[in-house]
Amino acid sequence: MALSREQMAQRVARELKDGYYVNLGIGIPTLVANYVPDGIEVMLQSENGLLGMGQFPTEDEVDADMINAGKQTVTAITGASIFSSADSFAMIRGGHVDLTVLGAFEVDTQGNIASWMVPGKLIKGMGGAMDLVAGADNIIVTMTHASKHGESKLLSECSLPLTGAGCIKRVLTDLAFIEIKEGKFWLLERAPGVSVEEIVEKTAGEIVVPEHVPEMAF
Amino acid sequence: MSGFDKVVDSYEEALAGLDNNMTVLAGGFGLCGIPEGCIAQIKRMGVRGLTVVSNNCGVDGFGLGVLLEDKQISKMVSSYVGENALFEKQMMEGELEVELTPQGTLAEKLRAGGAGIPAFYTATGFGTPIGEGKESRQFDGRDYILEESITGDFAIVKGWKADRYGNVIYRHTAQNFNPMVATAGKITVVEVEEIVEPGELDPSQIQTPGIYVNRVVLGNFEKRIEQRTVRQADA
Repeated sequence: MALSREQMAQRVARELKDGYYVNLGIGIPTLVANYVPDGIEVMLQSENGLLGMGQFPTEDEVDADMINAGKQTVTAITGASIFSSADSFAMIRGGHVDLTVLGAFEVDTQGNIASWMVPGKLIKGMGGAMDLVAGADNIIVTMTHASKHGESKLLSECSLPLTGAGCIKRVLTDLAFIEIKEGKFWLLERAPGVSVEEIVEKTAGEIVVPEHVPEMAF
Repeated sequence: MSGFDKVVDSYEEALAGLDNNMTVLAGGFGLCGIPEGCIAQIKRMGVRGLTVVSNNCGVDGFGLGVLLEDKQISKMVSSYVGENALFEKQMMEGELEVELTPQGTLAEKLRAGGAGIPAFYTATGFGTPIGEGKESRQFDGRDYILEESITGDFAIVKGWKADRYGNVIYRHTAQNFNPMVATAGKITVVEVEEIVEPGELDPSQIQTPGIYVNRVVLGNFEKRIEQRTVRQADA
């Protein structure tokens, strides 16, 4: 069966390492914070200028001056720091963030990502996404494998305007965990009960399938 | 006003000299840390044809969104917009030009503008629509685009506390773009929750030194919350 949003977050969370500074995008990436493995400490970076983002506040703790990049009220953990937007993107662009997790509309075998603009639809902007993908070496994209209409989002060439070129190396979809290298997708793992055939069929770009494809366990 | 005393008594004085077709830089992220009083004063003044540089454009009826009501903004430079219906309408009807700029590039454009650096190379946006038509160059095998810095006629900033000399500190994530904006205005106006005497702020904690600031005004802030998100208190 395809992974739920929570399972996707859980699988990504297994990639966290002790001492990581992590930027989580909006949507499924945000849920990763709920599944940080025991014994591991990570610090969440919010690009509006907060390193060490904590839980949502209780009603009593709500402070209009404390928000995250999704404009939600948040708290800061002990040991957090707060800084300007220029400093925040110096961290991001300068490659200081250890892991970035973000959503996308499409990725392709060249590591290109499209995530901010659908021509003909209202364009709200890229926010910090272009800086995040340009600056981070270690990025995991989370998205569904195919659109609601069954069209693959893993392509040989992105059809939508790009957010970044040649910057994506790993994608977790609801069906599979995939690596991008040498101009191809490489199937690393499959969702429980999902066949290799289904993944191959729903992947439009060239995909390399090893002899044994481990099944994710939850 | 005398010597280094930057304090003015009213928003009217704070924004004196602002005219049609000027460029205004505004601090804030969403509705957090926005110069509410300056925005209200710009609305009262009725100046038009403004280019406004700000990460976002407020919401309907609050923040920079109120300047859309009388079509005072002709161009927005932002990373993320459209949280307001009026914005969408004016953009669709061609009354409002929008220059979308990646958030980190926007912050750096303002920082560079205030620091006297006319342009800089960044990898952000290379190979995307943002990089089209821009000069590009390789450094150490990687592609970068040349982005030009931003300065403005007026910078409007929301601080937490300032002393009379215009030294400013910010509170929590209400800092965001404010320190960069403060450096990049020909005239920088800072509105704060509290004005103190010189010496009351610890010099090593000051985030915007007074040299960048022309006018300081005491404000009252609604501090509207865009996404109030709470958890249950632990039992």
